[in-house]
Amino acid sequence: MIAAIEPVIQAKDLSKVYRMGEVDVHALKDISLHIKRGESVAIMGPSGSGKSTLMNILGCLDRPTSGDYFLEGVEVSGLSDDQLAGIRNQKIGFVFQSFNLLQRTSALANVELPLNYASQPTDGRDRAAEALRAVGLENRMKHRPAELSGGEQQRVAIARALVNEPAILMADEPTGNLDSKAGQEIINLLLKLNQERDATLIIITHDQKVAAQTQRIIQIRDGMLEENQL
Amino acid sequence: MNLKRILLETIRSLNSNKLRTSLTMLGIVIGVAAVIAMLAIGQGAQNSITSSINSIGSNILFVSEGSSARFFQGGTNVVRNIRPLTLLDAEALLDASQAPSIKAVAPVIQGSNITAAASGQKTTTTVLGVTSGYASIRNEQLTEGAFFNDQQVNIHARVAIIGPDLATTLFGRTNNLVGSTLRLNGQTFTIIGTLKAKGGTSIGSSDNQVIIPFTTARDRVIYRTGNAVDVIYVQATDANSVSEANTQISQILRMKHHVKLGSEDFSVFSQQDLLSTATSITGILTAFLGGIAAISLLVGGIGIMNIMLVSVVERTREIGLRKAVGARNRDILVQFLSESAFLSLLGGLIGILLGWSISMLIGKIASLLGTTLNPMVSLNAVLLATLFSAAVGLFFGIYPARRAANLQPVEALRYE
Repeated sequence: MIAAIEPVIQAKDLSKVYRMGEVDVHALKDISLHIKRGESVAIMGPSGSGKSTLMNILGCLDRPTSGDYFLEGVEVSGLSDDQLAGIRNQKIGFVFQSFNLLQRTSALANVELPLNYASQPTDGRDRAAEALRAVGLENRMKHRPAELSGGEQQRVAIARALVNEPAILMADEPTGNLDSKAGQEIINLLLKLNQERDATLIIITHDQKVAAQTQRIIQIRDGMLEENQL
Repeated sequence: MNLKRILLETIRSLNSNKLRTSLTMLGIVIGVAAVIAMLAIGQGAQNSITSSINSIGSNILFVSEGSSARFFQGGTNVVRNIRPLTLLDAEALLDASQAPSIKAVAPVIQGSNITAAASGQKTTTTVLGVTSGYASIRNEQLTEGAFFNDQQVNIHARVAIIGPDLATTLFGRTNNLVGSTLRLNGQTFTIIGTLKAKGGTSIGSSDNQVIIPFTTARDRVIYRTGNAVDVIYVQATDANSVSEANTQISQILRMKHHVKLGSEDFSVFSQQDLLSTATSITGILTAFLGGIAAISLLVGGIGIMNIMLVSVVERTREIGLRKAVGARNRDILVQFLSESAFLSLLGGLIGILLGWSISMLIGKIASLLGTTLNPMVSLNAVLLATLFSAAVGLFFGIYPARRAANLQPVEALRYE
């Protein structure tokens, strides 16, 4: 079980520079971090600190300007758009603050979406249904997002993130659009999945209470890691 | 994504905004319908002109006085001192040794605005003075009675063959007319036959005319001096000898009129010439109408592009999400392209049906107005319209689809 010993995420000197007109904005400066398989981590920091940029890079939505990023031992910072799409599809599940569900389709079809883009065709219906059962929505499969509560919608989004059995679950402010009760349910669900499925969980949050429930908190400020509680 | 999934997604997406989808499609529907209808009407017009030219007779050539060089061959030499065509010219054409390709000849004089009166009714008509060979050359058939013979021509017989439309005007019927009396410019004629109707649009249709012996016409109704004739109908022995007949006619008449090659004072047309002229005119007309219709198809295509661009902007977040869960650029491209192609293809199919209905309707209206026009929707036009509309969809869909495909996932997800 070499994979279990090796960190899932291994980043070395990640930097991201945006050009805004004449000025270079350093969103990330030489960030190095390791995250182990099955770990739950919260990334915290004030607005503009670079935490979203970090998540985008760790989630393979964006590439670092410099530095190395190994995901399950594979260097991904030099991959093409399509290769990155394949990695997002197979290894990463995203949960967004605003759910990002397709409004005109059922919960089931929403969960099925990542399977449509998988390189190997699968029995999508069954797997999507199973993922919805795992988040406790077995009675809401045919409902459209508009017919679901905020908490339920976020659970559909979690099911969608789960359906390809990714190595990493990434949640960007998953409770930001929810009341505290529904928010806590979502956090409980994420932590449960983290433990049951051995999926690495990364939550980006403002909320100290949310962060406190994870095993480790990574603080980021001005594009640099501030504190790395191990 | 497999084809079935793509199609399902496409239909779902187009279905989610029905009004917009149908309005976008309308541009293509109208464009394709216009192209189909115009081509069908053009084809119908061509068919009816062709059939009316064919109804003149078979393997017919027309000889008339005056030079055709100026108009048709771009010649500059204006022919002076034109000699009229005469009965003698017509007889000369029947010379079997000089004109072996000529089967029959019919000289004709024609007078219009002749007053015709019978049983208290009065109207103006066109009178043809012809010889006995005319009927078979022009393929004129009688519903009753018989055509006049050579002898009746020789004795200036006052007999007449009446066209069915004229008979209806004067007598209110087209049968039992043989033996009735008809007055042409005050001269009394006895009707000896009634022509079978040829249809309204036939060229040189005799439905509204009176045919009388050449001699009688010349001396009593149309008044021509000498042996002058207006036109000589010549029938070639068969379809293959029409051009030889043409050459032989020209040779004989050049000799008789003492003119050189290129300065003829007569002109010869064959049915083929008429046909090809008519075909090229209707062809130009069809291309012109079809071209205008194609412009509306183009406008419809631009409409598709416009809507697809709006749709890409509207669905930026959706595109971002799809990319986040693993859609490659190609997947997004295919998704948007299939939407625009589906739109235009479906619009094209509806347009074909609509265009077909429009052309049928126009055919009905034309026949109510007494014109024979049977619009023909050809398989080629349908294939062309289908292909063209699909191509329009793809062509105008490519730019918006590429814009969607090239969106960066991070930017797209952040889009509000």
